[in-house]
Amino acid sequence: MERVEYGLLLAGAIICAYRAIVSKRILSSTIYLACISALISVVLFMLGATQVAVMELSVGAGLVTVLLVYALSVVGEDALDPSSVISKPLAIAVVAVVTLLLGWMIYPATQFENLMGSVDLASVLWQQRVLDVWIQIVLIFSGVMGVLGLLSERTPGKAEGGHS
Amino acid sequence: MKLTEINIILIGIVSLLGVGFYGLLITRNLIKVVMVLQILVKAVVLAFVFSGKVSGNLGLGQSIAATVIVADTIVAVVGLALAVQVRRRFGTLDAPEISTLRG
Repeated sequence: MERVEYGLLLAGAIICAYRAIVSKRILSSTIYLACISALISVVLFMLGATQVAVMELSVGAGLVTVLLVYALSVVGEDALDPSSVISKPLAIAVVAVVTLLLGWMIYPATQFENLMGSVDLASVLWQQRVLDVWIQIVLIFSGVMGVLGLLSERTPGKAEGGHS
Repeated sequence: MKLTEINIILIGIVSLLGVGFYGLLITRNLIKVVMVLQILVKAVVLAFVFSGKVSGNLGLGQSIAATVIVADTIVAVVGLALAVQVRRRFGTLDAPEISTLRG
């Protein structure tokens, strides 16, 4: 029964991803991106990764969507995606080759019999992967700087004028 | 090949990566490039958690996935900030047009 659920959730995520890419209006793409996050977080929850599922749902479907909508409101109505530089058949051919290569590389993973594993995120995160926590803190600090850049109203011309 | 849960999830991950690669190739708008990167990273997060699950160490998979989510969010924030500043400075979000501008 879980096979059907996994299949439906992942098929929905793939369809949403395709719609997000081919949609001409970027606001629609943003909504599709939030849908992908929600579907992926359900899959993560079903796999037993509850903490990451909550993180993905709150960050992917919440924070990133809000940031994208805000950026779209700043850049205005001309945020339409123009047609691609390379031809679509060429892009499809390149992607098919890359995807087949990737599938061939991960084929040995299909030999696993069952899904298994235990949930012990706290001990792994705070004992084995402490460096990751510090890196995350540094990254969050960089993100705050990025938000300040996003919210900044100052133009380069005015900044140069202020120094003179 | 039997369609077990593992195979279905693997096919989903590879397909999502494929769609992301396709988007990366055909997208020109800078904001949309950030969105396509988000799609790719979602597939990678799923792959990390899934590999942790099948190898019997879900905690490690979750830990790395959490780090990737944080890094991905920061990439999105900084990328959007850059896109907004590029739009203010050059008046366009079209990547090929920006690369041909001078001055």
